[in-house]
Amino acid sequence: MAAKKWPENWQNVNRGCVVFRPGSAGDYHTGSWRAQQPVWDNVKCIKCGLCYIVCPEGCISEGSDGYYSADLDYCKGCGICTHECWPRAIKMVEEG
Amino acid sequence: MSKRIGIEVAVAAAEAAALCRFDVAAVYPITPQSHVAEHLSNIVADGRIDAEFITVESEHSAMSAAMGASATGARVVTATSSQGLMYMHEVLPIASAMRLPIVMAIANRAVSGPLNILNDHSDIMPQRDSGWISLFAENGQEVVDMMIQAFKIAEHRDVQLPVNVNIDGFQLTHMVEPLEMPDQKEVDKFLPPYKPYATLHPDKPVSMGTFAMNDVYTEVMKAKDAALVNSKEVILAVWKEWEKRFGRAYEPIEGYRVKGAEILMLTMGSMGETAAVAIDELRKKGIPAGLLKMKLWRPFPFDELKKAVKGAKTLIVTDRAVSFGGPGGPVAGEVRSALYDQPTRPAIINEIIGLGGRDMMVEHFMEIVMKAAKAGRKKRKEAYEFYGVREA
Ligand code: SF4
Ligand code: SF4
Repeated sequence: MAAKKWPENWQNVNRGCVVFRPGSAGDYHTGSWRAQQPVWDNVKCIKCGLCYIVCPEGCISEGSDGYYSADLDYCKGCGICTHECWPRAIKMVEEG
Repeated sequence: MSKRIGIEVAVAAAEAAALCRFDVAAVYPITPQSHVAEHLSNIVADGRIDAEFITVESEHSAMSAAMGASATGARVVTATSSQGLMYMHEVLPIASAMRLPIVMAIANRAVSGPLNILNDHSDIMPQRDSGWISLFAENGQEVVDMMIQAFKIAEHRDVQLPVNVNIDGFQLTHMVEPLEMPDQKEVDKFLPPYKPYATLHPDKPVSMGTFAMNDVYTEVMKAKDAALVNSKEVILAVWKEWEKRFGRAYEPIEGYRVKGAEILMLTMGSMGETAAVAIDELRKKGIPAGLLKMKLWRPFPFDELKKAVKGAKTLIVTDRAVSFGGPGGPVAGEVRSALYDQPTRPAIINEIIGLGGRDMMVEHFMEIVMKAAKAGRKKRKEAYEFYGVREA
């Protein structure tokens, strides 16, 4: 993961803000916007994969054990996964 | 060799764009710009140049299509007026922030309501802070010249900003004028093919129009402002080159009979011609009046204005738009602020004139100047006046 790199000063802003490096949106960690984070209870999880599909950030992935987790660098804490998980395996917990 | 022809100015504006060999025109027709749109479409349909004409469903789309095309490295022209320009407003600052050198002809017209299709500057003034370079033409010749100059200025490596050319609706757009149409070879020599800074192309992917929050937005805005401020140097250089090649001189503020003038009047656009005749008449009567014709609105010509008003006792600023509940007209507001720091400055009178196509005749301009001459430095009760308004 490349470190977030802002132009140091206005003179270093690329003309028209053109970004020449593809995939640089990944440098922006939207996880900093979060007030609550999803916490999984894998005892309740039936591995249906719905949370993975509905996450608007696309930050939920399946682990090697078939259970799911969120990449907290990008999870905005919107709670959609929690709302949609019908076995209620996900809880939103206040950030510490 | 340039050719002297008689031509409708709106058509001439489109012809000038054709001389610049535009690649894409994305235009939505609106009175009084329609003849620009129609003629651009004719030029493409007749295969006179290798270009695309995008028939868009609105002005918002016109500017959006123009931006997309410009981002691929195409030379792009568009045109609009009044409500169309207001509808475009949302996209204008994006075009300048993305540094896309689009050229737009604006057939200036009053904005609704009430609905009015005639000429004033109330459409362009709300676009003032969009980050576009803004030129004002006085006659058909200036329209042709500025349309060509606009591409050179816009595409210059040190500028890369969109440019609008303001053409008074009807008074200019629908006038058939004798003017010199530059020769294609001369224009080709003046205007080399556009070399973009970056383009959208699958071979070398880049992102344009990206996201920038509080951690970098301020730097981006500062860079944009600096681009506008610095563009003046290029504008002046392009005008010098134009004068050398085509023999017609351009200045940010053109003076007319300013020598020894104690009362100066400032105009923008086509009314400069009528006002000039008024100045001649006033001079005949021994009134020391002169005229300043502002051709460059953005970037604002601070130095040139300060120099131009030196020695004048009174400066009458005419405005063709109103900043409601504000300082009067937007031009006078800026002129006042530009001169505020000067150790000596003329008394400034703001006359709001020619709204929604109301005619301004020679005698009207004379009356304005004579009234100012009589008042001398005596302060007026009001900061601005709606000239000729019917009052109870
Ligand atoms: S939606 Fe709930 S049950 Fe389904 S995989 Fe995600 S956590 Fe498990
Ligand atoms: S809270 Fe929202 S962003 Fe975070 S993992 Fe769940 S759905 Fe994705």
